Amino acid sequence: MPKRTDIQSVLVIGSGPIVIGQAAEFDYSGTQACRVLKAEGLRVILVNSNPATIMTDPEIADATYVEPITPEFVEKIIAKERPDALLPTLGGQTALNTAISMHDQGVLEKYGVELIGANVEAINKGEDRDLFKGVVEEVRKKIGHGESARSYICHSMDDVLKGVDALGGYPVVVRPSFTMGGAGSGFAHDEEELRRIAGQGLTLSPTTEVLLEESILGWKEYELELMRDKHDNVVVVCSIENFDPMGVHTGDSITVAPAMTLTDREYQVLRDVGIAIIREVGVDTGGCNIQFAVNPEDGRVIVIEMNPRVSRSSALASKATGFPIAKIAAKLAVGYTLDEIPNDITQETPASFEPTLDYVVVKAPRFAFEKFPQADSTLTTTMKSVGEAMAIGRNFTEAFQKALRSLEKKGSQFTFVGEPGDKAELLREAVRPTDGRINLVMQAIRAGATPEEVFAYTKIDPWFVDQLFLIKEIADELAAAPELTADLLAEAKRHGFSDQQVGEIRGLREDVVREVRHALGIRPVYKTVDTCAAEFAARTPYFYSSYDEETEVAPREKPAVIILGSGPNRIGQGIEFDYSCVHASFALSDAGYETVMVNCNPETVSTDYDTSDRLYFEPLTLEDVLEIVHAEQQAGPVAGVVVQLGGQTPLGLSQALKDNGVPVVGTSPEAIHAAEDRGAFGRVLAEAGLPAPKHGTATTFAEAKGIADEIGYPVLVRPSYVLGGRGMEIVYDETRLEAYIAESTEISPSRPVLVDRFLDDAIEIDVDALYDGEELYLGGVMEHIEEAGIHSGDSACALPPITLGGFDIKRLRASTEGIAKGVGVRGLINIQFALAGDILYVLEANPRASRTVPFTSKATAVPLAKAAARISLGATIAELRAEGLLPATGDGGELPLDAPISVKEAVMPWSRFRDIHGRGVDTVLGPEMRSTGEVMGIDSVFGTAYAKSQAGAYGPLPTKGRAFISVANRDKRSMIFPARELVAHGFELMATSGTAEVLKRNGINATVVRKQSEGPGPNGEKTIVQLIHDGGVDLIVNTPYGTGGRLDGYDIRTAAVARSVPCLTTVQALAAAVQGIDALNHGDVGVRSLQEHAEFLTAARD
Amino acid sequence: MTTSTRGVDRTPAVLVLEDGRTFRGRAYGAVGATFGEAVFSTGMTGYQETLTDPSYHRQVVVMTAPHVGNTGVNDEDMESKKIWVSGYVVRDPARVPSNWRSTRSLDDELAAQGVVGISGIDTRALTRHLRERGAMRVGIFSGHALPDEGTMLAEVRQAPEMSGADLSAEVATTETYVVPAIGEKKYTVAAVDLGIKGMTPHRMAERGIEVHVLPATATVEDVYAVEPDGVFFSNGPGDPSTADHPVAVMRGVLERGTPLFGICFGNQILGRALGFGTFKLKYGHRGINQPVQDRTTGKVEVTAHNHGFAVDAPLERVSDTPYGRAEVSHVCLNDNVVEGLQLLDRPAFSVQYHPEAAAGPHDAAYLFDRFVKLMEGQRA
Repeated sequence: MPKRTDIQSVLVIGSGPIVIGQAAEFDYSGTQACRVLKAEGLRVILVNSNPATIMTDPEIADATYVEPITPEFVEKIIAKERPDALLPTLGGQTALNTAISMHDQGVLEKYGVELIGANVEAINKGEDRDLFKGVVEEVRKKIGHGESARSYICHSMDDVLKGVDALGGYPVVVRPSFTMGGAGSGFAHDEEELRRIAGQGLTLSPTTEVLLEESILGWKEYELELMRDKHDNVVVVCSIENFDPMGVHTGDSITVAPAMTLTDREYQVLRDVGIAIIREVGVDTGGCNIQFAVNPEDGRVIVIEMNPRVSRSSALASKATGFPIAKIAAKLAVGYTLDEIPNDITQETPASFEPTLDYVVVKAPRFAFEKFPQADSTLTTTMKSVGEAMAIGRNFTEAFQKALRSLEKKGSQFTFVGEPGDKAELLREAVRPTDGRINLVMQAIRAGATPEEVFAYTKIDPWFVDQLFLIKEIADELAAAPELTADLLAEAKRHGFSDQQVGEIRGLREDVVREVRHALGIRPVYKTVDTCAAEFAARTPYFYSSYDEETEVAPREKPAVIILGSGPNRIGQGIEFDYSCVHASFALSDAGYETVMVNCNPETVSTDYDTSDRLYFEPLTLEDVLEIVHAEQQAGPVAGVVVQLGGQTPLGLSQALKDNGVPVVGTSPEAIHAAEDRGAFGRVLAEAGLPAPKHGTATTFAEAKGIADEIGYPVLVRPSYVLGGRGMEIVYDETRLEAYIAESTEISPSRPVLVDRFLDDAIEIDVDALYDGEELYLGGVMEHIEEAGIHSGDSACALPPITLGGFDIKRLRASTEGIAKGVGVRGLINIQFALAGDILYVLEANPRASRTVPFTSKATAVPLAKAAARISLGATIAELRAEGLLPATGDGGELPLDAPISVKEAVMPWSRFRDIHGRGVDTVLGPEMRSTGEVMGIDSVFGTAYAKSQAGAYGPLPTKGRAFISVANRDKRSMIFPARELVAHGFELMATSGTAEVLKRNGINATVVRKQSEGPGPNGEKTIVQLIHDGGVDLIVNTPYGTGGRLDGYDIRTAAVARSVPCLTTVQALAAAVQGIDALNHGDVGVRSLQEHAEFLTAARD
Repeated sequence: MTTSTRGVDRTPAVLVLEDGRTFRGRAYGAVGATFGEAVFSTGMTGYQETLTDPSYHRQVVVMTAPHVGNTGVNDEDMESKKIWVSGYVVRDPARVPSNWRSTRSLDDELAAQGVVGISGIDTRALTRHLRERGAMRVGIFSGHALPDEGTMLAEVRQAPEMSGADLSAEVATTETYVVPAIGEKKYTVAAVDLGIKGMTPHRMAERGIEVHVLPATATVEDVYAVEPDGVFFSNGPGDPSTADHPVAVMRGVLERGTPLFGICFGNQILGRALGFGTFKLKYGHRGINQPVQDRTTGKVEVTAHNHGFAVDAPLERVSDTPYGRAEVSHVCLNDNVVEGLQLLDRPAFSVQYHPEAAAGPHDAAYLFDRFVKLMEGQRA
């Protein structure tokens, strides 16, 4: 059945900013879909507020709208573009919810837009818990298998309490309806927990609905990924088994593909149920994900839930099998059937089959609890991980150990030296699922726990437990062997031991182990992910390493460039770096190189086998990278390895790669050192005559105190060589300084603490620039909205800068050039400046692609990462200008005066975390980065652009209503004008007594409300926190008082998060918001595509 | 659950292909020497069903899935009374089985039944080799005193080939037995056992059919002695070009116009009975993920396959046969191999793959309903 001819244009909705539970996997799926639809000759219109995505690159769609994904803005786009169809299943829950609300509001009908890929009824049946239970019941009637957990639907707290009795008591599972990533769900063991979780769940659910369920904690958990076409052909693409049993969100579980512990009979039951469900729900075309729990005692199967759309798991399944679910879903949506679509990898067989694997895939989650020390680290049914790594091996142990080292986190690999600890205590601790529980389990095994004990405490399947024992036994053998024989080493490698692990066990250095290994001729081979277990020849070089016999890397003629990706997403190193790597691959491929991508993050475009000529799905450790370089050097010429674009992960390997004779291209390891080492960088600045804030480096408290006394408090302290401001803090006094040094575990002479004078009230500026050794291309200048002291990744910023003049730009350009030249950059450099008292201080320089590269590229319509990749391999800026990759003249510092303003806003994950008492975590911004993603707002004036960025990140700014203001003393002066503006726009002000007093003296009326600490008034007057909870506040301005923050502010901000009320925590943000509100209240806000935007800029340049 | 010590058996083993390629690994299952035709199976589940499928008689099965034995062995998933493969090749055998139905480990079961296997070899390299060079003879040798490679290779080359092998009688029942209908009995079927899997009569019994399973040597008279409403020809091992006796019996059935259904070997026999040829595929279809299109509906089903031979019938036209018009009803979308035949003028059809599944998806179970419909039609 061929493609539909009645659809000429289609609107694709993306997933917006990266948040926990909805990450870069939707860039992968969305990009695939857009490319497919475009290749089919359709006009593709895309909306996505996230600039750090490949899908929002202007060449991916025909009209790309970086606008807020709200029904209001999407309607504007529809009105302008008049698409024939809307494809809502590839942009996660955000896209699905937006599409449903546009349908409900009649917008789709009004403009004659057809929903394709899923119909509203199917979406509701799949997502609505009650309807879905009915689906499962129908399925059971038809095929005799599958049931739902016994459950109870609730719309109020009274319902909830009744429900517990109906289910026979605690524990119960609470699941709010229509939330993404399981937000708001959890286990309640008693009434207190129940009231808290269910109360929040009722609020979070757009339909004020939660489901209570019988507990199936400890059961085995499985997922199936299915696809259906309009001819009712259904295939199961992949089965996934959770290593962690029921109770941990699948996004937070270690997961394994294919399922390891099911007999065929049991697997076929899941398959039959899955197929019956997709039919019963009525997903016409496309993919869906179904989760099952299986009772290990008797095989009873419970259907947990389904997602009638492409999901995180489907991205994982695509990478795990080589079956591109999103791409095929897009083709099915426009009318093809599975048997009409060829399997990309074999090119000869059709997509209407089920992939079979001859390897094992393990996914491990990456958490960021260190960024949220208050947060409860217990893993529950609410997803908390910020990223994941996937590894492939020819057996479980190999894949598993590779996955753990792919996490690139201290302690993520198993260690077999030192005292394991007390067995009983370790086992007790292992009951609670946490980040790194697996390491605890391994220590318990080392301490003598039996397999039965491990199972009893963790409910991890005995087969998996035995695999842990297998790993431990090999470690024992390694330790006990009189010498490291070839057989023993080969056996250890076969089970995934890294050179580093072997070295640790044997008391050898990692490089010594590697030398021995190479001398013994033990090297990995590379196998192909081919969807068919070698039944047919694979045409796509998608590789993974294994210590097996035969390699499948084919010789090649063209010189190759190996691009090192950025590994698992984490706070501070996310999708932005993947964006740069993908751009490098595209640009270098165009320039005639064979591109080779190395990465271990399944949620990315870089690990799509379509992106580069060759893909190695491998950990980004020195060992793994060296072996890939070796394999590729055996295959043909290697022009170089690019380390500059994947963030700190590959940058950190730079020197070691060079020391091992690997040709690192672009900025040299020595230059990287010159930028990252304080002393060396200080000399660069001195030579260029550039000032930096007074600073020093210390390895002890005494040293740090000495420096701080000299330069004066407050000081900014941080460890060296970190990304995302990890461990960075503004310290106001000596007591805190002492505590900081004491808490920092990683201080050593080679890793000192940096102590800087903190510049109060400075304007922070970010610059992205290209340098080829001769010429500087200033990519863009971003002015931060928040003052210095807020991590640049968490700060909103504007490009072009809104308060800097030509003189400032000139100074910035000169300083940037001085640093780029002094450091020796060949490619991208990002520099952070602070403008304080008219002195332009240099805060830091990063000789690599920065987080802001995609934003800058989109705001200025110039592909900086592509240019950087070319410069790394020897092209000059002059050549790139001549080629047209860079503008013929001018640069990002010289945008026309009427150029639109782009605003980037960070998106914070506050609502995901709770402390152990179940209270929210504080939302104050600081020098340590904690945002997970970003959005971009573009418009002709700053106010509108800022308003769009807020709408994209947190929901629209209110244009009227009640605003609550409570600010620190130092902010009181600067608050007065914006507060007056709020009143002028019709806002009613509320304030705590101190702030109200200041407002009143300035002629602004504000109602005094009670602080939380004062409690309710004698006549029942509510405190501000109660008012927020009751929905009586539309806008909150609350700046923290000095260090630590007082309880009051904390309660206010957490209440704001719980109620989703916009909460501004700096006065700069308030000033910007007022401009935004002003813009919203004056006239209509329009939408403009990036393509139109680029046309305008290009015309202005000519 | 028991703690097993790692690598209990580090007894060396060697796999030698008839073209001289060898793989060195460790003994698995019984220790000794074995020979057969090397074939690979790509199913990720269902090793117990595969091992006990009589169609694998005289074949050394290479599992492409690396982990085998994870769910142990139970008494319910056997497709016949014993393991039929002549040798078993796996990469990473389970040390501990884990499943609520498991009663023993696969390793022990193989050893108990004297099945020689090998583990720890690059099964993907071996599979790719078989894919490129075709299925071929192989030997597995295990033990601490192994002959030299030349001797092993010579032994492999002396082993009989699959082409021209007549094996049904070696695996089929010698006595007729009856599988009673589940629930109300509606029909009687005579099933000629050429290597039948236990699930096949079970699928019929579920539909109210009483199945009389007859030996491979059964005559037309034996078949009609049970007064069947329908006749069934099963799967089985060997080269269909040698199966002259079953072909003759089938012709007898076709002449009488009794509803007829064949699976796998039964499909090849129908092909031959209609006058089509059969041929050996380069490396066969063995797996549970094969896309087959039902050409009458256009729908695609994911199916279980285990066949090294196929019917040579024209895909694009209806053929005239001694029993009226015949057409190819099913085709494998991977390689356009004939996967099903049907007569247009008489109630007979067959498929090359396994609608009874076990192991494999249940997508093709409707074929048993089609068989029931034919019998229903005949009665009306």
